[in-house]
Formats: sequence, structure tokens, C-alpha cells
Amino acid sequence: MENAWLYIGLFLIVGLIVPAAAIVMSLLLAPRKPNTIKQSTYECGMETVGDSLVQFKAQYYVFALVYLIFGVETVFLFPWALALNQMELFVVVEGIIFILILLAGLVYTWRKGMLEWA
Amino acid sequence: MTPQQIIFLLTAFVAVFSAVNVVSTRNMVHAALWLIATLFGAAVLFALLEASFIAVVQVVVYIGAIAIMFIFAVMLTRRDIREGGPQHNPGWWSAAVISVLVFASLVVVLSNWSGFNTVSAPPVPEDSLVLLGKALVSPDAFVLPFEVASVLLLSALVGAVYVAIGNKK
Amino acid sequence: MNFWTDPIEVSRQWLVGLFTGWGLAADLANILAILLGIILLVVFAMVLDVFLVWIERKVVARFQDRLGPNRIGPFGIFQPFADVIKLIIKEDITPATADKFVFNLAPILSLASVVILWAVLPLASTVYGVDLNVAVLYLVAAGALGTLSIIMAGWASDNKYALVGAYRMVAAMISFEIPMVVALLIPTILAGTLSMKGISQAQNDVWFFVVSPLGAILFLVAAIAELGRSPFDLNEGESEIVAGFHIEYTGMKFGLFYAGELLHAFTFGAFLGVLFFGGWNGPLPFGDKYALIGIFNVIAKGMFFYWVIMWVKYTVPRIRIDHMLAFNWKFLTPAAFALLMVTAVLHRLLLGAETWVYVVFMLAMNLVFGWTVVEILRALARKQRESAEGKPWPAAAQN
Repeated sequence: MENAWLYIGLFLIVGLIVPAAAIVMSLLLAPRKPNTIKQSTYECGMETVGDSLVQFKAQYYVFALVYLIFGVETVFLFPWALALNQMELFVVVEGIIFILILLAGLVYTWRKGMLEWA
Repeated sequence: MTPQQIIFLLTAFVAVFSAVNVVSTRNMVHAALWLIATLFGAAVLFALLEASFIAVVQVVVYIGAIAIMFIFAVMLTRRDIREGGPQHNPGWWSAAVISVLVFASLVVVLSNWSGFNTVSAPPVPEDSLVLLGKALVSPDAFVLPFEVASVLLLSALVGAVYVAIGNKK
Repeated sequence: MNFWTDPIEVSRQWLVGLFTGWGLAADLANILAILLGIILLVVFAMVLDVFLVWIERKVVARFQDRLGPNRIGPFGIFQPFADVIKLIIKEDITPATADKFVFNLAPILSLASVVILWAVLPLASTVYGVDLNVAVLYLVAAGALGTLSIIMAGWASDNKYALVGAYRMVAAMISFEIPMVVALLIPTILAGTLSMKGISQAQNDVWFFVVSPLGAILFLVAAIAELGRSPFDLNEGESEIVAGFHIEYTGMKFGLFYAGELLHAFTFGAFLGVLFFGGWNGPLPFGDKYALIGIFNVIAKGMFFYWVIMWVKYTVPRIRIDHMLAFNWKFLTPAAFALLMVTAVLHRLLLGAETWVYVVFMLAMNLVFGWTVVEILRALARKQRESAEGKPWPAAAQN
């Protein structure tokens, strides 16, 4: 297997085909009797009130942003973790400095109240 | 046509088609989804070159964080995301001219590159990840950009908090 | 090599020989044999998934002091087959204003993002899909695809409850990915490699759970939140938002979401076993030599941790979304990074030491760290209680 990713690609294709086959089987075997009431939006059995796109809470965006910053940070930490065993001791300190700078950012965000839900 | 060439052509076609759809579709959430398809095409191209780490990081950071942020941003800022504005702005012909010029100059510059005759990726060393790690932390390689990257991320976080607080008050 | 130590390679060579005997080119025969192997692994995962539905229903029944399904077949073992048949023949109702393509793609992507994890799960030292050298990050990438499928499902349903459920679910999932990735960094440091096979092999002598129990617990908690299982299952908050992002899904599409969630739970249990509990070096000896013993070890660990995840689900009440996110960003993330730093320092300091010295020191560090964290939490709780009540707690006067 020269390229491991070829295997992963085939796996992804098979993994997409299997649930699609299940849905196709359901398409062939299930009854199909649409009417307006069945196809209307579900709101616990009542008529819907208001538009279906509610106002998006801005706090979700802040959480996604903080996740992005920390996600990129942890991605940087993976090569550092691999090099730990084979380099000198101060390499650990370099990684610790990296983590501490970003933890300071988290504390700043916390103190400014950006991590509250309200 | 080796299988790798076929896979590359398919992926390149999917990526370019998705990129064109990002800017030409009317629905903004659909544009974000086409963007995800483009980014996934880029990840497949990295995997074809056997740059495994970059391919997986592309999916994790771009699709898993940045694309989700795009979708959240689209949903946050549009009152009704199903409406579309005017499809093209008046300057579209100058954009088309500039794109054709850039493409022509790229073709001219790259036509002298010897890499076009090789069909397989250059060999990747077995322990490429450990080499990457060592390069990131050794003092005579890239340790300073490594630490500066953390400061850059910190500044991005502080800036985002500052902008978000301005909107809160 | 014989069949018992290396079944995959032996079968592949036999198949390639068979295909070239029929006149196919060598490359094509190879690809065909690999494709058969992939289909076999995916079918195994799907059959296991069906079996997991039965286990789930029986175990939840026992936790709730009742019997569970016992009509269809002995001990109700054919119940999930009846469920699958029912789901396939149910009418497929799509809301009139839903976005058809995205609506149909979401459940397919959700199940696919779980099935592709089986490509890197090492079932034995020679039985695995592919030994990817970035398998640990691949785990996170598959999680990203799952998150995407939830947003697609919530938005395409054109239903405000689905949308709110999807937003909350995605906010919780991405928040808990940070402690999960930090918990994944710990076996990476301890083993020195990102490949799952390498991490399992590094646990030949001693399991990483003994060296870093807090890392295992951190991974378990973050994984339960990633999966969307209780106590973090605001997706299925029946009393709050009906059924979350899969309100509008009927029939087999809902079945795919449900089956995907159960298979995801089992797969994460299996990965917890591989990352922290030795992988194929399991309770049964010679797991690294004989493939069947290795497979049994990994699947048994997967089942055990699936049971642990279910145990937590049916014991603890649901946690509110703001408590969940506060728990993650204010406690779990700083604690995870602190644990990572301490583990990295100690591991590097003890690099050349004897195995028993290493194990004792790392275990001691973990216990000290855990005790420190608990003491900090107790002090904070005491301060909060005193400020709320205005008088000191009686026990505080003694220490």
C-alpha cells in the first residue's frame, strides 16, 4: 500500500455508499403519501408562529472564535509533542511558554466576561 | 494516465467547480457549504502529495473551525439568509480581465518548471512528523516563529474580545 | 507468517493469487482485494452497530429495573432487526420548505464520519485498516465532519427547534474538542508517535492508564461530551426542544442518526481502550502475537467502555448548556493544559529511567495533581458558600 490515503479514500467512498444504500432501500420500500399537513414544519403539533429563522445568539460566535484560537494552538502542539523525546530539556520549556501565553489569553477572555452564556 | 493523475484531475475539477459555486450561488449558507467542498479538495490534494499532517490539519482547522465560524457568521449577520442581493456588481468585467491575466502569467512562469515531467510526488521521509517537530523547536530552526505564532494567536483573541465587547455594550 | 498471526496479509495474498489466476492485472487484483477488505470491515462495523442497539436497550432496561425487549428471539436478540425493518418501511416525510440536497446529505455524512474511524482502529497488531502516521489527528478530523453534519441537519430542516438544537449541540461539541485534543496529546507524548499502532505497541509493558489516569478520565469526559451523550445530551432535550436537530427526520434517516450515535459511542470506547488501556495487549495474554486474541481484547474493551458511557448516561441528569460551557472553558481547559504541561515536564525528566521508577513517579504526579485540583475546587466552593451565607462553614473552623 504505497499511499495510506488511497485506502482512506476508498474507505470514505464505501462509508458514504453504505448509508446512501440504506436510504435508497427506504425510498424503494416506503409508502409516499405527502399532503400539506404532513409536510409542514413541526412545532409540537401546533401551527408555527413566526419565521423559522430565529435570531442567532451572538455568544455562539464567540465560542466558535475561542475554539478556533485554541484549536490552532493544539495543532501546533502536536509536532512539539513528537519532538520531546529526541531533543534537549529546554524544548519542554519552549512548549510551556507557548501554552502559557495562550492560557493568559483564555484568562483575559474569562475576565472580560466573554465566556458567559447570557 | 496513471491512477494518481486521474485522481488529481478529478479532485482539481471538484475544487475549482466548488470555488466557482462559492461566488455564484445565491444562498449564502450554500456558499459556505461549497467552500467546505473546496477546502476538502485542497485536503485531498495534500494527501495525494503524502503530506499527511497538513492534510489532516486542513480538515481539522479549516473545515472543523473556520468553516463552522463562516456558517455561524452568515447566520449571525443576515436577517433573512434566503434572500439574495444583486448577483454581480458592476465591476465584474475588470475582475474577469485580471483573472485571465493572472492565469496567463502563471502559465508562462510555470512552463519552464521541470516538475511537470515527473508524475509522482517526491519521496517523503519515513519520520517526517518528528523532523517537523524538531524543526519547530530547535533553536537554529523555527523556534522563534513558533513562539511568535502563539503571540499572534493571543493578539487575535484579544482583538476579537475587544470587537465583541464593543458590540455588547 | 501463518494465518493465526497475520490473517489480513495471508488472505490478501491468497485473494490476489486468485484474481491473477483469473487473468486480472496485478494492480487491479490488489485494489480489488483491498476493496473486499474494506467492505468486510464496514459490514463488521454495521453488524456490530445493530448488535449495539440491542445491548443499549437491554442495559438501559436493567438500569431502570425492568426487563427490556424479550419477545423477539431469545432474550429479544432479534429486536434490532425488527427495528431496522420498521424504520425502512416508514414513510419518509420531508418538510416542504426544507433544503432537499442538504437535508438528505446530513444523515449520510453523519454515519460516514463514524465509519471512516474504523480505518485506523487497530484491532490487533496485524489487523488494522491502515497504519496512518497521523491517526490521532485523523480522529479529530472525523469529529469535525460529524459537527458539520449536525449543522447541515439543523439548518436544512427549516425548523426553529432544529436550528436551536443544532447550534447548541455544535457549540458544546466544538467546546469540548479542546480538552479532548489535549487528552489525545498525552498518549502522543508518552508514546512519541501519532500512529494508533505505535501507541498500542508502546503499551506492551505498562498501560498508559497506569501512567496517566487523569488523562484517561479527561479523555472519557470530553469524549462523552463530543458524542452528545448524557449528561451532555442537550440535543435530545425532550422536554426542551423536542428532539433537537433531528426533529424533521423520519424513517431510515432518523435511524442513521441514531445508529451513528451508538456506533460513535462504541468506537470512542474502543479508541479509549487503544489509547490508554493497552489496545490489543489486553486482559488475555499473547494479544500482540495472535490476531484473534488481539481482536477480542480490543472489542472487549470497546464493549466495557461503551457500558461505562451508558452507565454515566442512565445515572446522571442532564447538565444545562451554560453550566456545560462554563465547566469546559473555566475548569476543564485550564486543567487539561496544566496536566499536559506537568506530564510533558515529568516525562522528559524521567526519559532514561527504569520502567518502575517512571511508572511510580508519573502515577504519583497524577495523584498529587488530582488532589491539588480537588483542593482548589473545595476552597473556591467554600469561599462561594461563605460569601453567599455570610458565616463560615462549621468544619472550616477546625482546619
